[in-house]
Amino acid sequence: MIIPRVPAQHRRLLPDRRLSGPTPWVIAILMLLTLLSAAAGIGLARSANAIGDAIAGRVTVQIVTANPVTRAEQAIALRRTAAAQPFVRTARAVEQAELRATLDQWFGSAEGDDPVLNSLPLPALVDIDFVGEDRAGHMTQLRALVAREAPGARIIPHAEWLGPVARLIRSLAWVAGALVILMTLASAAVVIMTARAALGTHYTTIEMLHMIGATDQQITRLFQRRIAIDTAYGIALGSVVAALILLLIGWQWSGVTSGLAETASLGPAGWALLLALPLLAIALAALTARQTLLAALQKIL
Amino acid sequence: MVEFNGVGLRYGPDAEVLSDISFNLQPGSFYFLTGPSGAGKTSLLKMLYLAQRPSRGIVRLFGEDLVSMPRHRLPGFRRRIGVVFQDFRLIPHLSARDNIALPLRIAGVSEEDLAGPVGEMLSWIGLDERAHAFPPTLSGGEQQRVAIARAVIARPQLLVADEPTGNVDPDMAMRLLGLFEALNRLGTTVVVATHDIHLISRIENAQMMRLEKGRLSDPTGALRYPPNRS
Repeated sequence: MIIPRVPAQHRRLLPDRRLSGPTPWVIAILMLLTLLSAAAGIGLARSANAIGDAIAGRVTVQIVTANPVTRAEQAIALRRTAAAQPFVRTARAVEQAELRATLDQWFGSAEGDDPVLNSLPLPALVDIDFVGEDRAGHMTQLRALVAREAPGARIIPHAEWLGPVARLIRSLAWVAGALVILMTLASAAVVIMTARAALGTHYTTIEMLHMIGATDQQITRLFQRRIAIDTAYGIALGSVVAALILLLIGWQWSGVTSGLAETASLGPAGWALLLALPLLAIALAALTARQTLLAALQKIL
Repeated sequence: MVEFNGVGLRYGPDAEVLSDISFNLQPGSFYFLTGPSGAGKTSLLKMLYLAQRPSRGIVRLFGEDLVSMPRHRLPGFRRRIGVVFQDFRLIPHLSARDNIALPLRIAGVSEEDLAGPVGEMLSWIGLDERAHAFPPTLSGGEQQRVAIARAVIARPQLLVADEPTGNVDPDMAMRLLGLFEALNRLGTTVVVATHDIHLISRIENAQMMRLEKGRLSDPTGALRYPPNRS
């Protein structure tokens, strides 16, 4: 049992000084940081997975033929031919307006009336998504197709330029995971120190209880209950603050609709894990306290 | 009931504080343990109430070898021993009543079943009206009586008291001794460590163990030739 049942008369053996020490507050801070790190880790991992899935089988064919009419014709032909291939899931010609809208952000003209931008010879782009996992084979077939329909066009695999971003995000997710582990270990260390301090503070009472025939289990239950309740208060407080912060971030995040931000979310499994973490933390605290107390009591005859 | 044979005790690498201790305590007897300060009385008592294992020798209690006894079996034996500490060791945040009830609660006695014995014990030590007082508000004598009541509430087979009259006036000392004598008449073996030679003469048939420099002497011869109590 996480918080052992102890008769009310036995509970009085320890003076009632709940929340008076630093333990609940330290645990609250550690729980807050653990939950925020876990949320960040889950969000980043989901983002990295989403990006990885999106870029793994996608290429963009860049047609740079000087004549704009020929360029447009090649793009249409390539899109149509590629879409008919069994190794292609989808083929989409990127609209020139879409390209200009993207470049507008860099030229600083939201109206699309920048004379320099309008004078630029924009390439024709065709986005192609492959079917299945045989990337190398698909690329060979696509090169042959491109050489036939749009000679001189460049094939750009998305994994080449978005891959490092995905790897960076995945690395950050691992760092967040490592932080969760470190803070869990720090929480366990706090519980161990609390248990040892409690034994030191109440050594006379413990010695007395031993002398009148109390078992290690009876004494351990007494302290385990107190430490579990104290840490549960800290965990509850840290969880509530973390929930408020996550809800605030979620509310602000919902207003961000562009680029990578769209891929970062916790998802149902992520929220379930975050909800489970405080319960796991209470169980870990109680178990750590129990083992620490039993080990310490073993040293007393 | 208690058998020590060739027992020695040392703390760490230092010389033995107790050497070649051998005696046999008979059930229902009354013993005084005397000796100068530093002779090893408290160390001997610690072995009697199972707070310390000997460094060598044989200790048998209630027919069982305690030297090799696994630790988890000790609580069961300790519940058969009452201990009165020199410094009382009352739990300060528990009332006099709760301190007295502690051994019964540890033994799993229900609140209904322990109410009667605890009430009787409070009457016996004359502290009915101070049942809910906390130890820091009690006088030295009152604390001592509570400590004695706690030691005997579970009707131990062996009662061990370390200087139980050291903190009280002579009148109170005699009253406390009367409590031990009454308990002894009920069949409990009593071992009292004391400096007070006058106290010893007040108990008829009491036997004396004297410790000097960690060795036991036997002035009455009773330990080697225990009286036939049949």
